[in-house]
Amino acid sequence: MTDSGSLGLVQIQTAQLFTADEPLRLVGGATLGPVEVAYETYGTLSAAKDNAVFICHALTGDAHAAGFHEGAKRPGWWDNLIGPGKPLDTDRFFVISANLLGGCQGTTGPASINEATGRAHGLDFPLLDMADFVTVHRALLAHLGIERLLAALGGSLGGMQVLQWALSHPEQVSNAAIVAASSRLTAQNIAFSAVARRAIMDDPDFNDGRYAELGVVPRLGLRTARMMAHITYLSEGAFSEKFGRNPHPERDKPGFGIDFAVESYLDYQGRVFLERFDALSYLYLSRVMDYFDPFSRPGATERIARQPVNFLVMSFDTDWRFSTDHSRRIVKHLANAAQPVTFRDIPSSWGHDSFLLAGQRYHDTLRAWFDRALRDGLR
Amino acid sequence: MTLRPDLNLIAHLVPGSSRVLDLGCGDGSLLHHLISDHDCTGTGVEIDPDLVLTAIMAGIPVMELDLDADLGLFATGSFDTVVLSRTIQTIRQPELVLREMARIGSRLIVSAPNFGLLQHRLMLLRGHMPISRELPYSWYDTPNLRFTTLVDLEDLFAKLGLVIDQRVNLSLTGEPLGKGFRAANLRAGAAVYVLSQQ
Repeated sequence: MTDSGSLGLVQIQTAQLFTADEPLRLVGGATLGPVEVAYETYGTLSAAKDNAVFICHALTGDAHAAGFHEGAKRPGWWDNLIGPGKPLDTDRFFVISANLLGGCQGTTGPASINEATGRAHGLDFPLLDMADFVTVHRALLAHLGIERLLAALGGSLGGMQVLQWALSHPEQVSNAAIVAASSRLTAQNIAFSAVARRAIMDDPDFNDGRYAELGVVPRLGLRTARMMAHITYLSEGAFSEKFGRNPHPERDKPGFGIDFAVESYLDYQGRVFLERFDALSYLYLSRVMDYFDPFSRPGATERIARQPVNFLVMSFDTDWRFSTDHSRRIVKHLANAAQPVTFRDIPSSWGHDSFLLAGQRYHDTLRAWFDRALRDGLR
Repeated sequence: MTLRPDLNLIAHLVPGSSRVLDLGCGDGSLLHHLISDHDCTGTGVEIDPDLVLTAIMAGIPVMELDLDADLGLFATGSFDTVVLSRTIQTIRQPELVLREMARIGSRLIVSAPNFGLLQHRLMLLRGHMPISRELPYSWYDTPNLRFTTLVDLEDLFAKLGLVIDQRVNLSLTGEPLGKGFRAANLRAGAAVYVLSQQ
């Protein structure tokens, strides 16, 4: 096995895609143009352009998946996976990671300025669909001069984008890795998102989405949304192992403050989230997940039936946000469409967040699967 | 990769260019052979995590599933051939698994060690659990849960409405025994069956 190294310094880049004259046409009928997309790339595109891997990020992710930004202490969010000698080995693969449409980390979203009005889109921003994310990813690929991907990989909402991409454009995706994702949210999933959105929209500072112009942020709502989401990202066992019933070190006497270590953790997660995420993006992106149900469409698997894609579907046994049943459902539909599907349910004590961690069996599987993809090449 | 003799035999019983589900696929060598040399497509199912990883490295689509519980994942008639090679003795619900196989595919290939082999019977007569090349484990460390003779196994096939289209008897060393071979239940170490639904 090769040594695992870091990518070192990386830089974010921005692409201008679409124009006012040739705008992005959304599934819902609205148009947007131009669209800015923030992205990073790691490794080198081969002369034959046959080693490109696209990373799709989850609900609150961004383009900065690996390496370090200038002056940063922490690397990108998937740095344990992407780098020289790592499972997604940047000595051999060319990795592209982009912030998705509707996001708030450099790609056009509801908080971006609408050039027609000179102010942020706010709630006038059109509703989005999973296929719209893919349309923009594809436009970025065209911008980079890449026709086909060796693979697309994503966890959670990222996996949902990969599934959508493979179903709608199988000719472009030879291999599709879908981790801890869902092809149809349950009522419980939607319920959690509903409470998060309600917390944001009921915040007095939300101002019908016009908070930016007024120089405020619906902090309480966004923080509550994040705290609650974080509960769903970890398993009960993970909370017990991490915090147990440990008191917060600064607790002096019982009250209604931060008495327990777990409360301090959630408070911290909520606060740091405010510095990097936008409340409107939270509304728009979480809503896309609620409506995603690709296999319910007639002819959903027609294209992959004609042009099979190598699928890797993985779940984690303690994930209760998108339990193993969600992944099995995806596997069932893909297997019924005669796709080559590899499926693993990985034992991990950490719940949904496991897809961001470097579990041995998880990373061994990705490494083996990507090595095989590279060996087989583009179809 | 040279194929184990019994897998080589099974490979010849699978029609070329067919869609194969290999239950208990191990490291995927049978499917690898079928995909690269017989133009087949297919998927393996394996429960041992290390073997699953080996199969992934070999480029075989493999699902880490429990045969006793998870075969409902596969749609009715979604495969041409369903293989259960040297696995039936390790599952808790052979009857259910055979039923599921017949639902999923039209051609079933099942191989099983023969507990009724003379050598096994003699060991039992002497008061010991049989140990042989086909049953190489002690009673306390065997992965095998279900022991059957060929005759009893064929009774189960009949009960499930499965017709034996072909049976290949194997010696204890895994060599196919000729067509004129008699008293297989006493003399064959294992057998490979090709089955279809009545």
